[in-house]
Amino acid sequence: MTVTMGGALNAALRDALAADDDVLVFGEDVGTLGGVFRITDGLTQQFGETRCFDTPLAESGIVGFAIGMCLTGFRPVVEMQFDAFAYPAFEQITSHVAKMRNRTSGRVGLPLVIRVPYAGGIGGVEHHCDSSEGYYAHTPGLKVVTPSDAADAYSLLREAIEDPDPVIFMEPKALYWSKQDIELPCKRPAFGKAKVRRDGDDVTLVTYGPSVPTALKAAEAAAEEGWSVEVVDLRTIVPFDDETVVESVRRTGRCVVVSEAQGFAGVAGEISARVTERCFHSLAAPVARVSGLPTPYPAPMLEKTYLPGVERILDAIARLQWDDQPDLTYAEVGARG
Amino acid sequence: MTAGLLPSPNPVQLIDPTGAEVEQAGTRRDYPVPSAARLREVWHAMVIGRRFDIQATALTKQGRLAVYPSSRGQEACQVGATLSITGDDWLFPTYRESMALVTRGIDPVEVLSLLRGDSHCGYDPIATRTAAQCTPLSTQLIHAAGAGYGEKRRGTDHVALAFIGDGATSEGDFHEALNFAAVFEAPTIFFVQNNKYAISVPLSKQTKAPSLAYKGIGYGVPAEQVDGNDPAAVLAVMDAALEHCRSGKGPFLIEAHTYRLDAHTNADDATRYRSDDEVTAWLERDPIARVEAWLRARGELGDDIVAATNAEAEAMAAQLRDRMNADPSVDPMSLFDNVFAQRTPQLEEARAMVAEEIQAEV
Ligand SMILES: Cc1ncc(C[n+]2csc(CCOP(=O)(O)OP(=O)(O)O)c2C)c(N)n1
Repeated sequence: MTVTMGGALNAALRDALAADDDVLVFGEDVGTLGGVFRITDGLTQQFGETRCFDTPLAESGIVGFAIGMCLTGFRPVVEMQFDAFAYPAFEQITSHVAKMRNRTSGRVGLPLVIRVPYAGGIGGVEHHCDSSEGYYAHTPGLKVVTPSDAADAYSLLREAIEDPDPVIFMEPKALYWSKQDIELPCKRPAFGKAKVRRDGDDVTLVTYGPSVPTALKAAEAAAEEGWSVEVVDLRTIVPFDDETVVESVRRTGRCVVVSEAQGFAGVAGEISARVTERCFHSLAAPVARVSGLPTPYPAPMLEKTYLPGVERILDAIARLQWDDQPDLTYAEVGARG
Repeated sequence: MTAGLLPSPNPVQLIDPTGAEVEQAGTRRDYPVPSAARLREVWHAMVIGRRFDIQATALTKQGRLAVYPSSRGQEACQVGATLSITGDDWLFPTYRESMALVTRGIDPVEVLSLLRGDSHCGYDPIATRTAAQCTPLSTQLIHAAGAGYGEKRRGTDHVALAFIGDGATSEGDFHEALNFAAVFEAPTIFFVQNNKYAISVPLSKQTKAPSLAYKGIGYGVPAEQVDGNDPAAVLAVMDAALEHCRSGKGPFLIEAHTYRLDAHTNADDATRYRSDDEVTAWLERDPIARVEAWLRARGELGDDIVAATNAEAEAMAAQLRDRMNADPSVDPMSLFDNVFAQRTPQLEEARAMVAEEIQAEV
């Protein structure tokens, strides 16, 4: 059947609520309305207001309240309405959610999922398009998950809800409406397993979440130029699948990391460093990054300029034909990395 | 409607600083004076608690504790409120509630592990139903609201008691917690120990509200002010709050007026922001002396019990000293054990590196 990513997420929540009475869904507008993206559509109607409910409009409250409910054995799945509106909860997430197991020497785990619709490409106004995965991935104790298709969205969300640890579940909102032919329920590889979305021999594109379709399009365009491009979709940023990435880059000898988040001090930089450390002798060129610009996410009319698109990825692939290239200048690489 | 939310205009007091019973006037209900047996129990726990506190402060001077926030003078709040709840109720402490934790029956050495630096939390929060001591201000209040609501959802009448200081009522999480608890009718008691200072900042620079208890009104949370140096009044107001919570009426806010006799922590210099006269005036409102006088006047306490209790406190302190003088040993490999339920490949890698380093050292 044809399923959108949003529909798959909805089905995952529905199935999780049906499977375990201790699973609860709450947040802003998730009840009657079904969430502003309708990811929780129909859950209150089906399971009642005690299982899926609206809270006061306070993100720190939502996350802190979920922590307390975990102490009494519940498994909350909370929704942050948009990426940048999770920041008021940042204190709870970094000081408590991420650290509780460690603070209590393993005695209190928090089986809590924080769903964050993130990233851009939907023409949203400011504060609705942030790529905030770097903040979470940088914090030990949080798993950071970001699906790029409906099957992964379903499978990873079910796994997140069953996980004994807190999971920041980043939903690329531009992909909510992307469709896939699958049967639900479905089970895909577990956290920490990347997926090779396209095989290739000349260059590896490492990417995740919202950038996966763009990377695939770039790979297709590159094929016309005679480059065989492999696309690796991480699926989970924490835990990170070094194995698949390293295996691919050692084979292709070239690597481009694609992320929608701005590049400086971010996840893409981390991946580049890891690849360089592990694959130095296999690399025919430096690892390149193609990322969002080091500017706040722009107004919708400038979104196209901001987002790393097919052209920039192709440029990077071209730059990696390294043999007769000098070191790249700031203009060539700075704006990207 | 609002009348039910209004705290009494003056803090509830049942026993005055001389140990005499006070005629109640202007309180919104008639608070009964707790039984002599309960007051004796509180007196006993306060004597032990104070001795613990003084010992812990001394341990900082010997370098055994990195830091210690004393609660000497706040015994009526910490001991009184803690003794009012049962072992099934939850307690959410801040960094200052060491005395409450000792009263709760947690091993004093485990209480001090956070401040000694061998563990972030020395006790088991689930087994003791006592959350880890919290250093980010007010954040634990929302957990308390969630735990209270969780208990309600489980169909129990267990309550969550959360402590907080006066300064921390300015934090956003205080407001979110009151609001959440109210909306979800969570059985949660927010116990504000207004000890007049947030490190150096006096209450007058913290809020313009006539009383911190009045902050409940905006959230629909009933509140009461209490003389936080009167153990009898703390017990009585806690009883009322507990009855309110257990009968399904939602949260309750208590503002206890008390005073921090020592500096914020041993690392702070209180002479920079307050006068000796102020401290002396508060010394005269000592919660222990007050109940002791009340108990003695009724023949409920004699020199023999006082001597025996002091001896018990000394023995506890001596034992604490001895145990704290043993160097704690922490296994460096434990660093990697409790980040996640199962280690990620990245953790395994870091762990292998440290294991190799340790191997190379021996
Ligand atoms: C979010 C946060 N900001 C600042 C601090 C630093 N800090 C620790 S205690 C304190 C004062 C707290 O005063 P109060 O709430 O009155 O409690 P008391 O220490 O007097 O019991 C401050 C500012 C902190 N722990 N957490």
